[in-house]
Amino acid sequence: MDSVIETKQLTKTYRVGEVSVEALRGINLSVRMDEFLAIMGSSGSGKSTLMNLLGCLDQATSGDYFLDGINVNSLNGNEYADIRNQKIGFVFQVFNLLPRTSALENVELPLVYDRTGRIKDPRRSAVEALERVGLGDRQHHKPNQLSGGEQQRVAIARALVNRPAIILADEPTGNLDTKTSIDVLSVFQDLNDQGITVILVTHEQEIAVYAKRIVEMRDGTIRRDLPVLKRRNARQDLAKLGAEEK
Amino acid sequence: MRQLRNILKVSINSIMKNRTRSLLTSLGIIIGVCAVIVMVAIGEGSSAQIEKQIADLGANLIVVFPGHSRSGGVSRGAGSYNRFTMDDVEKLKQEATLIQWISPMVRSGGQIIGGGNNWSTEISGVSPEYLSIRDWSVASGEFFTDRDVIANRKVAVLGMTVAEELFPDQDPVGENVRIRNTPFKVIGVLAEKGQSGMGKDQDDIILAPSTTVLYRLKGGRYIDMIYASGISTELLDDAQEEMRVLLREAQRLNPGEDDTFNIRNQAEITEAVSEMSRTMTMLLGAIAGVSLIVGGIGIMNIMLVSVTERTREIGIRLSVGARSSDVLIQFLTEAIVLSLIGGIIGILLAILTCTVINSFTELYTLINPGIVILSFCFAGGVGVFFGYYPARKASALNPIDALRYE
Ligand SMILES: Nc1ncnc2c1ncn2[C@@H]1O[C@H](COP(=O)(O)OP(=O)(O)OP(=O)(O)O)[C@@H](O)[C@H]1O
Ligand SMILES: [Mg+2]
Repeated sequence: MDSVIETKQLTKTYRVGEVSVEALRGINLSVRMDEFLAIMGSSGSGKSTLMNLLGCLDQATSGDYFLDGINVNSLNGNEYADIRNQKIGFVFQVFNLLPRTSALENVELPLVYDRTGRIKDPRRSAVEALERVGLGDRQHHKPNQLSGGEQQRVAIARALVNRPAIILADEPTGNLDTKTSIDVLSVFQDLNDQGITVILVTHEQEIAVYAKRIVEMRDGTIRRDLPVLKRRNARQDLAKLGAEEK
Repeated sequence: MRQLRNILKVSINSIMKNRTRSLLTSLGIIIGVCAVIVMVAIGEGSSAQIEKQIADLGANLIVVFPGHSRSGGVSRGAGSYNRFTMDDVEKLKQEATLIQWISPMVRSGGQIIGGGNNWSTEISGVSPEYLSIRDWSVASGEFFTDRDVIANRKVAVLGMTVAEELFPDQDPVGENVRIRNTPFKVIGVLAEKGQSGMGKDQDDIILAPSTTVLYRLKGGRYIDMIYASGISTELLDDAQEEMRVLLREAQRLNPGEDDTFNIRNQAEITEAVSEMSRTMTMLLGAIAGVSLIVGGIGIMNIMLVSVTERTREIGIRLSVGARSSDVLIQFLTEAIVLSLIGGIIGILLAILTCTVINSFTELYTLINPGIVILSFCFAGGVGVFFGYYPARKASALNPIDALRYE
């Protein structure tokens, strides 16, 4: 099967005054459509930098990035924005929800900028997305009226409301306890089962084992790229946790 | 199209959600617009009022008063050449061809007793023509005649204020008053004239025959001023020149010698006073301009302070797929709406303030539509520019840079 994501010698160099930091030094990564990828690696190894490039939030210094076969570097600003809008759902570690704005409106945000008209009823889609992350009853809460885990789930609902082909999540469970983390992972596993490519960044092995494939980074390069042998199922683990509590 | 509607909705939502920010932004515009309109309205209102009152002095008025007309050399100060006599007035009356009416003016003042009350006021000795010169009339009774003047009769016509002070509940006509212990018979009351441009009550006066005031009250020879009226507005300058030549003759001035008197016509007085009130309007306008700029800086400040928060917001919007043009349209709409609302409230507030000033104070205001438009455009421009400019910068960033902005 064709790759949805294909990078060739992707590099990113940050310049801060005189100093330049080579955050990525030639990344060659290929991700198929049905994959669930976990990116691991020590702090500063370039995981977030790579995710931002994959999410079209930032531009590479050199190298090529093909998304669905399109060379992203050749796109103009508007096409670039439209890719973010239609193909990619990005979940930030720090949520990045609009303050003083209800969960529902936050989730609806990508649809405001959808020019394709493929989603007929934005309000309904947003409600469905919220229900999908288990927040059907929190539609009118503002971000400051939600717990960290709930805010993260609103961010996930926002990422999937536009029915993207790819969901990119940068440490989505970084701020969450074990149970909530597994909860979030079950959402990702469901999405992946429906054919959406999921890439997430994590520091924890326990989280990574819910993915299908683990890519380990070090100093801006890919160190290891291995399939997950004993993959865990988030739904089952949740049921188990529930049973233990009783 | 749906897109544009969505974005306009976002703008309105954003304004409603950030009430304090919106309010403060508009407030700068409201204050700026309102201050400028009101200040200029006060300035122009008083100009208009002053000009109207000068016109009220009487049509084609020419006034002559003693003193050097030109400065230079040793100034002896206005009034030091107290040199007109009744003969000068008589000469003008006989020989001037471009003068319709002429009246001497002899000024005196003092305590008036009448009707069991007393009152301190100004007594002007004039001729009957003075009434026509000043475009004045008698409300009750009658005015004195040339015969009263010739005979130095002790008759007086009271201004409305004096009449009301001395004879609150009765018609003063036929009564006697004592002016500095000289008894006068009241033969009439003047029609109400109101305040002068300088805020002086023009009805607080007593008119009496010039001769009576000069010889019986003051005991002098010299009159203070000459009032005259030209035959037409077009010939006002010629009339003035004619008077000047005749007066120089009367004063036996050699050619080349300076005038010993000042002569002014209504156009000149109007000009001088308008000049003064124009300066005042400009001064008020400048103060108002400063407040507009302060308002503008206020708007700028709020806009810039909110840039950090707004840049993150822009980052979020860009990251979910907003085009930079979407973001720009949103911010531009917000800025325009706030400026419009602020501007309109500012204008309404200014109209309200002017109405209040007109009805509750002595001041009179005149709203200048040009200034309304100007201040509205300026404040609006500032609001739009400072709403738009940071947004333009932010929307050109990579989403990730906008999100990281600090
Ligand atoms: N905007 C930036 N300007 C300059 N240097 C940067 C910038 N962003 C990241 N870097 C540098 O690039 C390197 C990679 O950063 P990156 O955020 O990708 O690391 P990471 O793997 O996500 O780390 P962590 O696990 O701590 O999140 C780091 O050395 C960092 O200092
Ligand atoms: Mg990171």
